[in-house]
Amino acid sequence: MNLLRAIILLSILSMFYGTVSAVSMPKLDIGLGGQCVDDPKYMRQNHMHMLKHQRDETVRQGIRGGKFSLSECVNCHASKKDSNVLGTSEHFCQGCHEYAAVKIDCFECHSSKRKILAGVVK
Amino acid sequence: MTDQVNLDRRQFLGKASVAIAGIVIAPGMMLYDFAHARPEGEAASAAIRWGMLIDTTQCESGCEECVTACNKENGLPAAKSPTDVQWIRKVDLKQISTGRQISLPMMCQHCAEPPCVDVCPTKASFKRADGIVLVDKHRCIGCRYCMMACPYKARSFVHEPVLDHDTDMPRGKGTVESCNLCVHRVDKGEQPACVEACAKSGHRAILFGDLNNPNSEISLRLRNVASTQLRADLGLNPGISFVGL
Repeated sequence: MNLLRAIILLSILSMFYGTVSAVSMPKLDIGLGGQCVDDPKYMRQNHMHMLKHQRDETVRQGIRGGKFSLSECVNCHASKKDSNVLGTSEHFCQGCHEYAAVKIDCFECHSSKRKILAGVVK
Repeated sequence: MTDQVNLDRRQFLGKASVAIAGIVIAPGMMLYDFAHARPEGEAASAAIRWGMLIDTTQCESGCEECVTACNKENGLPAAKSPTDVQWIRKVDLKQISTGRQISLPMMCQHCAEPPCVDVCPTKASFKRADGIVLVDKHRCIGCRYCMMACPYKARSFVHEPVLDHDTDMPRGKGTVESCNLCVHRVDKGEQPACVEACAKSGHRAILFGDLNNPNSEISLRLRNVASTQLRADLGLNPGISFVGL
């Protein structure tokens, strides 16, 4: 009886797990893609620390030309269709942040568009 | 170790280029121009103090070139109402007893002892090593203490959402901002946008440079011409001085 219960429980759990992962894994438009800073798995877990560390050095001490630039993230990973990292759940930043249920603050102030299209060429 | 080697090489190249400039070009403005481009990866240095000398006798009433250039460079909308953002504005003054009129640009005075930095509860308002006073918007909570503390009314609060973001000058609703001497341009070795625009219009009323370097053009002018700091009585030692006030 216990064995039967365990089997039923396991099968229900595996079904549930299967549907959840199939539904919610984000399918991202990675734009130009490619690896520029570090391994994608490492980036997925640590990009926020890199950005935060460098932004403080740049703003407060004036150290320019660092490796972890938000505008460079956007330049590569903005969608090829509309040059944006935000918009739908397929867009690079928004898609993954929706999946992880983490609010992005960056683009309240920073541009989410690829530099050339944002009209910044002066 | 490799970083160290690269840094030494960079410093050597930097010094070598300055030395070559000193040999090839007559001393004066060009030498100073070479000296202020900072290599990437290097922090702003306290050996430099950026400042401006504004010649009110060259500034023309009605000319708004500096304001337009500032707005364009930093992605600011043209100010329409009194609560709109202004990093620089033109002020016309008239001495009633004599009728003498002058015009001048007003912006953050980049004080050596900035009261906005003293009052900031989050240390968002700060003075960089090279004397530029600016707001770290990552830390700004929009309390506006700095706006109240500033005797020059140089700061503005962003009341409205910013829709069209500029990649080089991030701005957002709920933060305080003011003239940052075009810090992104200065770091590249360029002049602030207003200085460039003023020179282009033929007025040449704003001179920008390093106050700590005794041979810079601005230091030479300050040594030879009578100049005034605004509200010098407050003892804030602004980095901006005026001629002909």
